[in-house]
Formats: sequence, structure tokens, C-alpha cells
Amino acid sequence: MSEKAFLSGNEAAAHGVRLSRPHVVSAYPITPQTTLVEKLAEFVAEGNAGFRYMMVESEHSAMASALGASMMGARAFTASSSQGLLYMCEMLSYVSGARHPVVMVDANRSTATPWNIYGDQRDALSMRDAGWIMLFVESGQEALDTVIQAYKIAEDPKVMTPVMVNLDGFTLTHTYDMVEIPAQDTVDKFLPPFTTANKMSLEDPKTLCQTVGPDFHAEGRYLQQEAFGFAKVIIDEVDREYETFTGRSYGGMIEEYRCEDARVVLVAMGSVVGTTRIVVDQLREQGEKVGLIKIRSFRPFPKEYFKQLQKKFDAMGVIDRSISFGFEGTVFSEVKSSMYGSDTKLSNYIVGLGGRDIPKSLIEEMFHKLFELAGGKDDEEVQFLGMRWK
Amino acid sequence: MAINYKTLDDTELLYGAKTCQGCGAIMAARMMMKILGKKTCLATPACCFAATTTVYPQSAIFVNNAVSAFPGLAATVSGMAVAKEVLGWDEEVTIVGIAGDGGTIDIGLQGLSGAAERNDDIIYLCYDNEAYMNTGVQRSASTPYKSWTTTTPTGVCSKGERNEMRKSLFEIMVAHRIPYIATASVAYPKDFMEKIAKAKTVKGCKVIHVTAPCPTGWGYDPSLTVEIGKMAVELGLWYLAECENGEMKLNHMPKKLGPVDDYLKMQKRFKHLNEKDYVEISKIRDREWIRLKKMFGLA
Amino acid sequence: MDKPKVNHDYKPPTSYDEMFFGASNGVGILPTVNSGFRTFHPEFDHEKCIKCMFCWIFCPEGCIDKTEEKLAVDMDYCKGCGICAHECPRKCISMVKDGEHDE
Repeated sequence: MSEKAFLSGNEAAAHGVRLSRPHVVSAYPITPQTTLVEKLAEFVAEGNAGFRYMMVESEHSAMASALGASMMGARAFTASSSQGLLYMCEMLSYVSGARHPVVMVDANRSTATPWNIYGDQRDALSMRDAGWIMLFVESGQEALDTVIQAYKIAEDPKVMTPVMVNLDGFTLTHTYDMVEIPAQDTVDKFLPPFTTANKMSLEDPKTLCQTVGPDFHAEGRYLQQEAFGFAKVIIDEVDREYETFTGRSYGGMIEEYRCEDARVVLVAMGSVVGTTRIVVDQLREQGEKVGLIKIRSFRPFPKEYFKQLQKKFDAMGVIDRSISFGFEGTVFSEVKSSMYGSDTKLSNYIVGLGGRDIPKSLIEEMFHKLFELAGGKDDEEVQFLGMRWK
Repeated sequence: MAINYKTLDDTELLYGAKTCQGCGAIMAARMMMKILGKKTCLATPACCFAATTTVYPQSAIFVNNAVSAFPGLAATVSGMAVAKEVLGWDEEVTIVGIAGDGGTIDIGLQGLSGAAERNDDIIYLCYDNEAYMNTGVQRSASTPYKSWTTTTPTGVCSKGERNEMRKSLFEIMVAHRIPYIATASVAYPKDFMEKIAKAKTVKGCKVIHVTAPCPTGWGYDPSLTVEIGKMAVELGLWYLAECENGEMKLNHMPKKLGPVDDYLKMQKRFKHLNEKDYVEISKIRDREWIRLKKMFGLA
Repeated sequence: MDKPKVNHDYKPPTSYDEMFFGASNGVGILPTVNSGFRTFHPEFDHEKCIKCMFCWIFCPEGCIDKTEEKLAVDMDYCKGCGICAHECPRKCISMVKDGEHDE
């Protein structure tokens, strides 16, 4: 029987981990991921977990032991944030290049300096080239569901790529909502036990994570890229399949909200999507033709979706909780390049850095700017909004 | 366990590695595998051992193995050991980490400390060739005093490595209170292999620190690896000891801690030294042995 | 001789379908020999040999074979380091320049 509970984003994700039946969890605490791993430790203490929790001494070791466990054929999980993610970044490439389907949760948090424990997406986005599938969730329910889906995506034989599930630090990890926790046997039917040939065994011994020189290295990278191509299809398929088990799905890689006849749209990722939905509804009630595009899968990037939009919208704003110094917002770059050739006017709104709130009024301001942009007004392409001073 | 060379298994589980002639590291790893056998899953970080055995398409290791990140070996084998238990692998399978001195006491020390604190069921073999040999002989915390390396070159302002004392992995691991720690030498194979055999019977974290002379990095004729290893022990520049459940024991007391001249003269990395340096090094050695004797309860 | 052999039949992948998965490989694959390392090779005086096995245990490569009556050397993988000759207590191993004898 599924049950309902009032859970924080982290707690919901922790239930998703528990239900996925990992064999080994190795994690090092870091704000704002801590309550997730604490919940996992509680499960162990209460006898509700089938996994061993390894008390590693650093994030680098957390990912290294997850790799070690996965190499033996175990389903592994870890979680981190910000400085911890950066500390383990060498190991991210290790896991992805060797094609081990580890799943991790990243509580998106700003990276020092200045030291800041609050949420923005700079940490995860700086790791976008590490070869991990990256999904960004909007709610606690989605976090729980996506962790379970993540294992199914990662362990698909055509994908065999690790998955990072991203929750906005504090704004999602520490806010509470009613969440439905599916029954264990429902999840078991959806997510079968982990099987792979890419592991050590006495019957068929293997060398794993070997050295490969210039002669064959590039071909391996091509195959990784190809796997991301398969992932695009499988992310959608897994999401639709999950709906048949639980009644919930999230649009796969992309969700359009009230875009059918929209003149201007905002593209967003993470918890700000929830706020933007409310603003879209409010503006729609006033007769404004606005819409929202939620990016759920950042890697693989939904390039084909953006390309086929052509000139559907007059103006599109991309909300970025990040900035690639010397260039523009990270998500904006990718949307813009996918929209190459389209006449839609594009704008980049950098907001919410270092945990700064993104209030509804700010999002309204963005839509207002987009209407002006669509009307022919010239404006700076990349704008920092919600700042103290001009 | 009594080691009899005639009855040791003929099967080679490490063969065809592209190590230098006379390599002490591969000698140590081979001796260890003679005891551990086929039911082994091993991992190694970036080091001579990995770079000479596991470059595609070659695999000179005949059991399950993996290469991990340089600082991540201890954590990787810990993860393997935990997964082995949770998945219900054959209990007799040994999970082994093989790393050099760099990957153990410099960049790998934090991870090893964590694995020791968790007391994960692993054997960790550190083969010590006294520098980062794989990348071209840069110094490590195990480089001896006044040794030439590429990052402690000799010149007008330098006589090589400045630190008098090498980091003592043995004492660091004793402080972690793991069930079994040992130091060994490839020049004393029976002692070394008995220690591996003992480690195999113990549950928990076992660390064995074996000295592995390196002809390329130390600068001597490859045929002298064992002789140099023996000299180092007999001169007290390396000791053979164990710590079993907190009980420390020196396995071999050299007959006489003689002058170190001949030992140093045999190696190009010390060729810039003179009589005064030999005396100084001998004196440092003597001072250290006063402390070691106390530590082993032999004073 | 009970030593691993060089894999003469090793063929590199010729298509993506034949590529190794991820960064994996089998174990115990030796596509090349190591005989190119050496200038000298060991030759045994079997009359003097007392089968103490010091050469067998000290050989870093493990290429001394003790399965037969007389000790033998795997010439595909001997690097000619000379440790066996140096450590033999009876001095019954001599290091001979490659090409000087028929062995």
C-alpha cells in the first residue's frame, strides 16, 4: 500500500533511495544534503534498509567507494552538494567513463568563495561535461519518483551511464509537502534487480577502469555520446512507464506548461519552475498569453525539442541560477545554441545566486520584459535581476 | 604458515608486466599473489603497477582487477569489500589494494585513514620505491634523506631530499588500531609471504608496507635489487616488524648497525654525497634506532 | 612449461560492435612479449643446481619454470635483469649475451 507523508525534499528523495533497494550507500554529509543522508542512516538504524551505509571520510571517497561497489555488481548510491561535488569531480568522470550506473542526488548549492550554503545551480552545472545524466526536479514528489526512475534509466543496457538527480538546496531540500510514498512491491515491479556483465566475477574475471591510449580512446567517448542519444528516448519511456505504476509522470525530458498559444515563455529548471507555474496561471487569468517550459533533463540536453520550436514563440526568457563567468548563463547558452536559426527573441535572466529568493514579482517582471522584447524593444541579452543596485 | 618455495603454486597470476628490469614492485606483487591465489579482486591506483599491467589491450593481471583514481584506492577497495559482503560473494575472496608509496602516504593517506577507521575487510599492500617512480622519479614523503629525485635535484643549493625522516606508515597505521600491520622486504620473501598469509586469515583492515628497490629510480644495476634490499634491512634503514592487535614486534634485529657508505655508494641517487654525509646519515639512523628499540620494547 | 603465453591471436576491435565496453577488458591478455627488454639471458648449470628455488622466487617476472626436472626460463618474458644469477647461492646461473649461444 502506498502511504502519504508530510516530507521535505530531502526526506522524499531518501525514501526514493530506500525503495530503489541499493546495496551500498556511501555518503559524506554536507549542507544542504545532510538531512537526506541522515534519513538514510535512520532507515538503517530502524531496520528498514537493505543497504549498508559506509561512513566515508570525504566526498572523493564517497564516489570512489560507490565505484568500487558498482564494480562488484552492487547498486550504489551517494549524495553531495557544492564543495563536496567539486571534491569528488575527478571520480565523476571515473564512474561515467567506465559506464557504471551509480545514482547520486546533488543538493544544488553555490560554490565558494565566498562561502555560501544556500542554493543555486552553479555546482552541478559546472560538472555538465563529466558524462553524467543530469535531471532537475521541481518538487519533493518528483525527487522521490525521479530517484527511482534514475536507476531504471542508468541501468538500461543501452544507457549504462550514471545519473545525477538535482534538488535545489534549501528551496527544495528543506521545504515540506505532502508526498505519496509508493509501496515497495510496486517499485519492485517497476525496477528489477541490477544485472550487468560490466562487473567483476570469479566465473568471468574482468579488468575494469583500465588505461586506454590514443588508439582506442576516442571510440569509447563516441560510444558514451551514443549512449546519451539512447538516453533521450529512454528517459521519456521510463517516465511514461512509471506513470502506469504510480499515476505520475513528469514529461520525460521536457514539460510544456500552457504553451499552446503563448506569445512569450520562460524556460526554467528546478524548484523555480513551481513558482513560475503560479505566475503563469496568474497572468493567464489576466489574459496574458504566457507559458513555461520546464527542462527536466539537462544532460542529455533536449536540443531537438528546442530546435523544432522554430518561431513558435515571439520571445523566450531563460532563467539561470548560474553564470558561466566571461560568457552567459549556462542554461541560456545551451537553449540559444539549440534555437540557432529561430527568429524567437531570446533573453537570459540570471537570478537566485547564492540562495537569493526568486519571488513571484521577479518572474512577473521577466514576463513583462519578454513582452517588451517581443514588441521590438532592445534590451541587454544577459541580465542580472533581483539585484540590490543597478 | 611455513613457506616452501617448492610447493608454492606454479600458476602465475601476474605475468608479462612492462615493468623495468629488476623491478622490486612487481616482485612484491608477485610474491603476494602466490599466497592470495586466484580468489582475489584487486585494485590499484595510478602507479607503476597499474601503468605496466593494465594498458589496453594488455592485461598482465590474471584475476579481477581495476584501476582507480590516484587518491581513491583505499576508498575503492573499501567499496569493493562492502559490496562483496552485501552481495554474498564467496567469503574466501580477498579484496586487495596495491599502491605505491605516493598513492599511500601522500595523496592516498586520507582515504587509507578512512578505510582503517572503518576497519573494512581489505588487504592494503604499499610497495615502497621511495619516490613517485611512475611519473619519472619525483620525491614522495618516503624519499630518504639527501636522495636525488627530479623534484629534489642536487645543485649548488641542494643536496637532494631535505627531510631527515620519512613518513612512518607503520606507526600511522598502529595509531589507527587496525588488527594487522606489517613491514616487509622483497629481500626477505619468506618473512613477507608469511605476513601476507597471516593477513589473509585476519578480518578487518590489514596494511603491509613492503620495500621495493627500484633500479631505474635509485640508479643501480637491475641484478642488485635483492642485494640492496638486504643491505637496507641489515643497516637498519628499513625494519621488519609487525603489529598484531596492538602488540608490536620487531621481526628482525640486524646484527650490527654498520656504516651506510657501501649502501649509498651503490646508488646513483646518492652519488653526490661525501664522507660527511655518510656519517650524518649513519648518526640519524642510530638516533632513530634508539627510539625504535624503545617502541618495540627492546631498549 | 606452465607459463602464460603471448596472445598471438589478439586482434584489435574492427568496429563499434567489437569495442570493449566502457573501460573494461578481460584478464590475462598478453599481446606482446617482453624479450625485447634484454641483452643477456640466464643459462643454468643443471649439474650444480640444488633446486633451492631462490631464482624462482626472486625473479620479478616469474618466468623461471619449476614444473619439470630441470629449471627452465620462459624466453618470451625474461627481461635479462640478472637477479637470478646474482642471488643463486651456488652460482650456477650465468648471464649470457643473446645470440652467443644457441639457447
